[in-house]
Amino acid sequence: MSLLDLSISELGRGLRAREFSSVELAEEALARVESLDGTLGAFLRTTPELALEQARAADRRLADGADPPALCGIPIGHKDVLCTKGVETTSGSRILEGFRPPYDATVVARLAQDGAVVVGKMNCDEFAMGSSNENSAFQPTVNPWNSERVPGGSSGGSAAAVAARLAVATLGTDTGGSVRLPASFCGVVGVKPSYGRVSRYGVIAFASSLDQVGPLAKTVEDAQLVLSSIAGPDRRDSTTAAAPVGDLARALQEGVRGLRLGIPREYLEAGLEDGVRGVFESACRWLEAEGAELVEVSLPSTQYALAAYYVIAPAEVSSNLARMDGIRFGPGEPRAPSLLEAYEQARNRGFGAEVRRRVALGTFVLSSGYYDAYYLRAQKVRTLVAQDFSRVFEKVDALISPTAPTPAFKLGERTQDPLAMYATDALTLPANLAGISGLSVPAGFTSGLPVGVQVLGPYLGEAMCLRVGAVVERAADVWRRVPAGFDG
Amino acid sequence: MVGVDREDSAGGLDLALVAHLSRLARLGLTDAEMAAILPQLQAILAAVDRLQEADVSGVDATAQVGGLYDVMRDDQVEPGLSADEALANAPSHEAGLLRVPAIQ
Repeated sequence: MSLLDLSISELGRGLRAREFSSVELAEEALARVESLDGTLGAFLRTTPELALEQARAADRRLADGADPPALCGIPIGHKDVLCTKGVETTSGSRILEGFRPPYDATVVARLAQDGAVVVGKMNCDEFAMGSSNENSAFQPTVNPWNSERVPGGSSGGSAAAVAARLAVATLGTDTGGSVRLPASFCGVVGVKPSYGRVSRYGVIAFASSLDQVGPLAKTVEDAQLVLSSIAGPDRRDSTTAAAPVGDLARALQEGVRGLRLGIPREYLEAGLEDGVRGVFESACRWLEAEGAELVEVSLPSTQYALAAYYVIAPAEVSSNLARMDGIRFGPGEPRAPSLLEAYEQARNRGFGAEVRRRVALGTFVLSSGYYDAYYLRAQKVRTLVAQDFSRVFEKVDALISPTAPTPAFKLGERTQDPLAMYATDALTLPANLAGISGLSVPAGFTSGLPVGVQVLGPYLGEAMCLRVGAVVERAADVWRRVPAGFDG
Repeated sequence: MVGVDREDSAGGLDLALVAHLSRLARLGLTDAEMAAILPQLQAILAAVDRLQEADVSGVDATAQVGGLYDVMRDDQVEPGLSADEALANAPSHEAGLLRVPAIQ
């Protein structure tokens, strides 16, 4: 038993009752990383000095007794695409090795303000491009439930660390499923907020019309507490929605009686593994038993969503990653004979295979002569995908499906086949194209591997996702299970 | 100019066009890297060609989903990064300026 096995509210009670201090909690997290992360590979670096400084401040705040925030003193980790002032931030890429941002991302600053304690930066696929964490330039992360399997990506380090109890909660980013997929593969909760619900200021951009920051945590309540801290308008990010976030905690208690939940027919078609189907069907029965009405719905444009995504996302990559030129940050090639060669050498040495593929592809689909056939057409298909969701949300309160067609796959299984890797995100990426809210909640296991259920809610419907997710979580009753080897 | 103005789609991707993309995107791909990436890009483009089957007649393009346009704030001067902070991550700088190799 470790303190890191406890939920945030349980830890909060212990901290307030002086059963343990935030410093002790941070030390335990850091010691666990030290002894357990060698083979897991979830952390790119720990931040012991920062953690202990923040923990001491949290202890003072807790001692003051002035009702500190729920996250005060809680050890967390940040995906390495989030800028942390003075702490190396690489996005999992060689091209940013040594980069120490001069400011904090808004989400990092908000969690710090609420007293959370940063223990380190989490490994991820390079620039968040990938579904397995194998595209990290530095190390692969393995799945805590089975070290021959991937943790999912691209927020794989963030998910693995929570599952292995090395951090109580983490932040990830979700551009096509990069929070929900690793949450499903590692057996933790992951939330993809609606586009604009959470600030991206200080988030190293992948695809700006799709990226969102979201929490990974052991329980739906823990995820809600982190989301409540980071969500809401930010004057430094003009894409944030002005609408107030509201009281997300209330949603956890509301139950699903009287809700209509849609099951998208297209999400249960080709490629769904039997074990995943079985867990999903159990979740459907639980929701019905709790009083929800389940109806089959159709999202007919789903068949084109993957294709649209793999035009739009690379197009935005080719534009966003133009700033990675080795002139203002990163090792660069300052001794190259010409500026052009400096750019080419820095980018050739700095970018891995997947990033190169997406930059090349994005450059292609945006180039004259191909723009209309690919990029413009993909944007029109994006409209169809969004219209599908708008249409069904007139009839149902939320959608439920498996988060991924399969549980965690084997390391190396899909690295040689980009299309097989891309297909991993088939059930998650439509929500990014449409900008709606989503969540993955652990619902059971198949062959010893976790299986997540995805809940999709309307635009700014995070409360609805949490509400349905909380019911699945209570019925599944699996969140206290700890992977073997991490239960000491 | 190599190839980029041709109107045919995925079939038009060949080594010459990959070389052009590599130059445009400053990827600096070697011949071997171009040979390796070509079939991968061709396979991805063949898969995304599915888009051509969708009926998009009369459908508007979606560039962003937040519904926000022309978000403005008051034009007030605020403190920002100092020159030292802004240059701290640059591999080469001099006298408060970025230093880069010669443009040729």
